[in-house]
Amino acid sequence: MRYLRIAWRRLTAMRTALVLLFLLAVAAVPGSLLPQRPLNPAKTASYIAEHGAWGRFLDRIGMFDVFGAPWFAAIYLLLFVSLVGCLIPRIRVHARALARKPLPAPRNLERLPESGRFETSATPGEYAATARETLGRRWRIVQRAEPSGAVTLSAEKGYSRETGNLIFHVALLAALVLIAVGRLYTYQGQRIVLQGADNGFCNTISQYDTWSPGRFAAEGKVRPAPFCIDELTKFTASYSAEGEPRTFRADVVYRTSVSAKPRTASITVNHPLRLEGDRVYLITHGFAPRLTIRMPDGSVRHDVEPFIPTDPTTFLSEGAFSQPGKDGARQDIGISGLFAPTPVDEGNGKIGSASPQVQDPALSIFVYEGDLSGSGEPHSVYSIDTSKMTRIGTADLHIGQTKRLRDGVSVTFDGWVPWASLQISHDPAQSYLLIAAVAMVVGLLGSLGIRRRRLWVRIAPAGAAEPESPTVVTVGGLARSDSGHFPTEFAGLLERLRGRATPVEPVVSADTIGAGKD
Amino acid sequence: MSGINGSMAHLSDGLFTTAIAVYAGAMVGFTAEYAFGRVGRKLAVAPAPARELVGAGGPSVVEDALPADPPDLPADPAVARASRAERIGWWSVVLCVAGALIHTSSIAVRALAVDAVPWSNMYEFASVAGLVGVLAFLAVLWRLPALRYLGGFVLLPVILMMFLAGTVLYSKAQPLVPALQSYWLAIHVTLVSIAEGALMTSAVLTVLYLVKARHDRKPFGSERLANLAVKLPAAESLDKAAYRVVAFSFPLYTVAIICGAIWAEAAWGRYWGWDPKETWAFIVWVVYACYLHARATAGWKGRAAAWINLTGFGAITFNFLIVNIVVSGLHSYAGLS
Ligand code: HEM
Repeated sequence: MRYLRIAWRRLTAMRTALVLLFLLAVAAVPGSLLPQRPLNPAKTASYIAEHGAWGRFLDRIGMFDVFGAPWFAAIYLLLFVSLVGCLIPRIRVHARALARKPLPAPRNLERLPESGRFETSATPGEYAATARETLGRRWRIVQRAEPSGAVTLSAEKGYSRETGNLIFHVALLAALVLIAVGRLYTYQGQRIVLQGADNGFCNTISQYDTWSPGRFAAEGKVRPAPFCIDELTKFTASYSAEGEPRTFRADVVYRTSVSAKPRTASITVNHPLRLEGDRVYLITHGFAPRLTIRMPDGSVRHDVEPFIPTDPTTFLSEGAFSQPGKDGARQDIGISGLFAPTPVDEGNGKIGSASPQVQDPALSIFVYEGDLSGSGEPHSVYSIDTSKMTRIGTADLHIGQTKRLRDGVSVTFDGWVPWASLQISHDPAQSYLLIAAVAMVVGLLGSLGIRRRRLWVRIAPAGAAEPESPTVVTVGGLARSDSGHFPTEFAGLLERLRGRATPVEPVVSADTIGAGKD
Repeated sequence: MSGINGSMAHLSDGLFTTAIAVYAGAMVGFTAEYAFGRVGRKLAVAPAPARELVGAGGPSVVEDALPADPPDLPADPAVARASRAERIGWWSVVLCVAGALIHTSSIAVRALAVDAVPWSNMYEFASVAGLVGVLAFLAVLWRLPALRYLGGFVLLPVILMMFLAGTVLYSKAQPLVPALQSYWLAIHVTLVSIAEGALMTSAVLTVLYLVKARHDRKPFGSERLANLAVKLPAAESLDKAAYRVVAFSFPLYTVAIICGAIWAEAAWGRYWGWDPKETWAFIVWVVYACYLHARATAGWKGRAAAWINLTGFGAITFNFLIVNIVVSGLHSYAGLS
């Protein structure tokens, strides 16, 4: 029990917080220098492969997923507990301090770091009222009478510094909780949508191309009434004369629930479509070539497939078509191809692209015949497994051109449609997190901008023995935190207090008064 | 629509180079004043206690209690030399103001040329941050003319950074790619450059503090270093000034990160993704939080805190140079490829 208490005290000490904070900063460093699996799995895998045992060792200690690693979580949690442990007593102490009156004036104000004195002809009671008025409402002032007949003022200001500091730390705690809640309940889904009717989808897991849920965002909990993106009516990309992208826009028809009325919206790069709790983003776009394929059995197929840009600046794109023939006939047709929006000849017969803008686009194809089922190895939907097929021809086609091949097979490049990749994101905590973040800033401004000061004024009456003598005012001041420019501040205050004191008339004899009257 | 006005972009580049040259002139002047000026001489004889002045609102700064000029100046050659040094100092301030004006117009012309806020790549960002550094120093001078002789220490990093910006980091004026077309970007980057410009000033003050504190503990053997240390304001004042600047910048930096997160949420679909740039912004923020805590922790005040401050500035520099150039991420706005 005793050790527990000692451990608790250690954990909640400012020094521990400092060390933990520093550890947090240091722990984040490898997360920025090594490839991270959640961000880039392919790069991570190749890094590990390149570095052999060292790579595998780093992997084992979580260096490729630093922000999901147990040791990172441990620092974060310890800091969290330490923060809770230090805040609870501080809030209690501060609440008590707010309720308590400013302390009585110390005996000798001139021993304080800042002090000064002056005289006034006003009585202590009068001057006390003047001084309170001079200090104004920003000071919390308590007036006391001392047995000697002196009146003292105890003034304090800047309590909101600690209030601000506590708001900051509490908001920080709230933010940590909200980030964690968000991560547990978040989900992201992506889906490629071709421009035109009949390509829409609804917000159910099976309709996404990729789906990454937080731990508690399981199927069925996605959304009580799924929304639908019914159609990408038009995708527009505009470019500067130099071929730099200027704007991307996806015009969509959507319904907020299956039974709702369809509405239209435009999604652009910085302006997602915000539906209650879900956001729909325009992530990337691309081209989907349209083909007419005459099969070996004479049937005619129309096909359009999204191609994936392999070069982000020229949008040279890659993709595949597969058309099954009759079962067991080994007459499936598979086509893999490259789409060049603005084709250029790269030499050696290869096609390249000069620009992401579409100008007389070309489609370079390899056509295969045989069995599409291949070796059964998994492969991307944007490629075909040709292990059980034979190549029957290649061609570079412009729109409207047809390539005739053996067995009556022919391929016509009919044109293209744009596609957009839409991402659906959900994070139930993020708007609350924004509130917490704003509270953090407000708290910080108080914590770092407000300074705590104490001021005492003792107004001593003229001694009974010498009724002529004036009232003596002594002022002392103390800076509680961040003394900053307190000496100058105090000097200014003292000047103001002195300025409001009615001057003591020079002690003169009756003669001189008479003489002066002329 | 090309969106770029070539001749204006060219004019902006010319103004930028001119600003560097003018700053360099001012720096030479400040250094001359520092080397030959009265401050050093008087302090070397009798180190006056440093005093603090009010800097309402902004970070308050320190002033050395300079003895006022005696009413009748003796015809002492040393004094004549000192007043000549002072004149050089004032001319340097004039140069510095001129440089800042030229620098401002360089940025404004570039803004007109690209028809957007001109800080979307490293060159533009460094230029803005440098201007903020100079303006911060001029604002300090407005209230505390006596600090003039420290001008060289502020201008040196500014000139180095601008030189780097104009050479290694330079990129031609370009219109913004769609992801950067957001007013959150303008707010985010403006705040980051103001906060980081100010934190650079804090780092300079911290280095001076460490020099002075070292000299106070154990005077430098080297006469040159000792001379330098003697002329500096009191260690405690330098330390406090460095703190005030952080107290001013930290909330700004916090707001900047929040704006960045709001922008990332709108552009990339998540407010935070541990992208290298974001990770380093986090590291910088935590290190300065450490600094603030260290100043409130027994045993960490003073030199330990000062080193944390410098670590924070090191992290800023790393984030700006290494992360932009070497580590790739979503924030590939550097414009260096
Ligand atoms: C985990 C335990 C923590 C403890 C025990 C703690 C404790 C404290 C205390 C006692 C102060 C008052 C210092 C003063 O008045 O100058 C303070 C200030 C502050 N804390 Fe914390 N804190 C903790 C965590 C954090 C964290 C995680 C952050 C942010 C990253 C943070 C940021 C700040 C800031 C910015 C100040 C203001 C410093 C100032 O007033 O000069 N704290 N903290």
